[in-house]
Amino acid sequence: MTAFGEKPSTLVEVKDLKKWYPIHKTFLDRVLAGSQNYVRAVDGISLSIRRGEVFGLAGESGSGKTTTGRLIVRLEDPTSGEILFDGRDLATLSAEDMRKERRRMQVIFQDPMACLNPRMSLGQAIGHGLRIHYPAQADSHREQIMEIMEKVGLYPARYFFNKFPHQISGGQRQRVVIARALITRPELVLADEPIAMADVSVRAQLLALMNDLRDEFNLTYLFITHDLATAKYICDRIGILYLGKMVETAPIQTLYAKPLHPYTQALLAAVPVPNPHERRTTPLPEGEIPNPIDPPSGCRFHPRCPIAQAICSEEEPPLREIQKDHLAACHFAEQFR
Amino acid sequence: MDAHTLLQVRDLHVAYRTRLGHVSAIDGISFDVKKGEILGLVGESGCGKSTLGKALLRMLPTSARIEGEITYEGGTNLLELEQHALRDFRGRRASMMFQDPMTSLNPVQRVDEHILEAIEVHEPETPKEAALERARTLIERLGIQAQRLRAYPHQLSGGMRQRIMIGLGLVLNANLIIADEATTSLDVIVEAKLLDQLREVREEFGLAMIVITHNIALVAELADRVAVMYAGRIAELGSVYEVFDHPRHPYTQGLLKSVPNIKLDETEELYKMPGEPPNLTHPPSGCRFHPRCPMVMPICKEREPTMVEAKPGHDVHCWLFAEDALKDQASGKVAS
Repeated sequence: MTAFGEKPSTLVEVKDLKKWYPIHKTFLDRVLAGSQNYVRAVDGISLSIRRGEVFGLAGESGSGKTTTGRLIVRLEDPTSGEILFDGRDLATLSAEDMRKERRRMQVIFQDPMACLNPRMSLGQAIGHGLRIHYPAQADSHREQIMEIMEKVGLYPARYFFNKFPHQISGGQRQRVVIARALITRPELVLADEPIAMADVSVRAQLLALMNDLRDEFNLTYLFITHDLATAKYICDRIGILYLGKMVETAPIQTLYAKPLHPYTQALLAAVPVPNPHERRTTPLPEGEIPNPIDPPSGCRFHPRCPIAQAICSEEEPPLREIQKDHLAACHFAEQFR
Repeated sequence: MDAHTLLQVRDLHVAYRTRLGHVSAIDGISFDVKKGEILGLVGESGCGKSTLGKALLRMLPTSARIEGEITYEGGTNLLELEQHALRDFRGRRASMMFQDPMTSLNPVQRVDEHILEAIEVHEPETPKEAALERARTLIERLGIQAQRLRAYPHQLSGGMRQRIMIGLGLVLNANLIIADEATTSLDVIVEAKLLDQLREVREEFGLAMIVITHNIALVAELADRVAVMYAGRIAELGSVYEVFDHPRHPYTQGLLKSVPNIKLDETEELYKMPGEPPNLTHPPSGCRFHPRCPMVMPICKEREPTMVEAKPGHDVHCWLFAEDALKDQASGKVAS
């Protein structure tokens, strides 16, 4: 993509990814209407994640960020589009091949209590992936589990090994989930709102831990968040989603300093700042995020956009490079350069 | 109590009886809410902020034991009110907004039925036409079209539902709204607009609000004064400018340094406060923050500090600010 120098090595390349969920209808509805309606949760998203970077995906609820993440690690099957993981198209892999590939990608979910089995000890939970992917090396499992537990700050590991999720604190539970994700030594970690449930004073600890682990294990993160203030402290690049479409992607500093899409501008302006001297005075766009069953024509943001023109309701703006490495899907993005 | 005080809370204690023992969720809290002000009540999960909000309207479950004094406009202690008087207080004088409006609104009642019911219960003398007119004016003022009065809660967006909740609070001219994480489930843009709305409503109706939240940035955005809670106690209380510009309690200082700020340079690292908030079945001795405090002194482990006025209108619950004489006296007592 870049004209000079070395092309950064890409770990994940997503091309025109779509996920449409059919709306369940009664038999009579189907006969009468004839056509099937869909919720277009993800509607033609392209992105690439470079090896070793933290790529953030941000947007409001219903923007499709979680679905995109789940599609990339194939927890859901796409309606159409390509997902190249290290050059291989995941969408076409058989179930067996996909399982083998999956040790290279792991997930950290938002609510650790919901994704830890209450009857499994922490040691068992963390080692589960090893038992599935490396059953032949059972002798070394305990040692590996202890090692990773100490790496994520569950120290001393011997103390935590036989504890159960309800016996530890919320922050420690999230550390268990992180340890469990890392034990198969994945290359890609999908972190879906990994710190949203944690208390403010614990969030900073978890963010720092995720940063340290990235360096130590050469991880690539896909970091999904609704919190733009937090994204700033961990992401290298970020993509902003609106109603199933990518509206802007850029390196994190660039995006925050000079957002090119009016939606990104609104989103950034709305984030409250922990400083009473900097209260927001700018007006915000009207209305709320529309229904993804019947999205607006043209640019999906046009009904709420302060700079919308006639063309915006007619023609969908493509995601294009406005400046080096800074892409935006707006007909008038140039004026914000 | 002076004429500007709307609500006065003195030495409030709330304890829950649980299977794991006695949990003192609120352990001696005193503060005032002035007429027309927005007080932010901020703290992490389990600090007692929601319990406090509910205690102010006596909405706690029967397993809770509540002691102390809550007076509204110099009236009787709320904790001694009879049920019918309490009910009148809740609708007419103070109302509450919760995080999830869907659990507060009746799914099989239209918006207008909610509003009319409130008027009918509290002001049975109002004719229905007048009540309906009031409902119409009110929701239009909140930026919702009057025809939406005919809608059911599930037909409205999350932001609209929360505005209906504000409307229900306003319809009986209450002058105190307690909002418990009322914007937490909303997206940032919708949340920001709801904050604007709360500000406008406050200006127009001269309401006082207690905004309970875990989101420190939101308090900076909205509140006039802020009370920082930690483990069932108020750690620091002062004007929002004082507390954010010159935080005095080590907990507040740590908390403010650990909050991501979108406006600051991201190279600035967030402060990693050690440990996690304590479990209140076995709270730490003395000052409950002492195990995590970077400035801990021997006395902190032994005795609970008193609330000290570090500056007029700025109270800190920390031994660092207690006068030396008090410190000597206290440590003398401990030694003897």
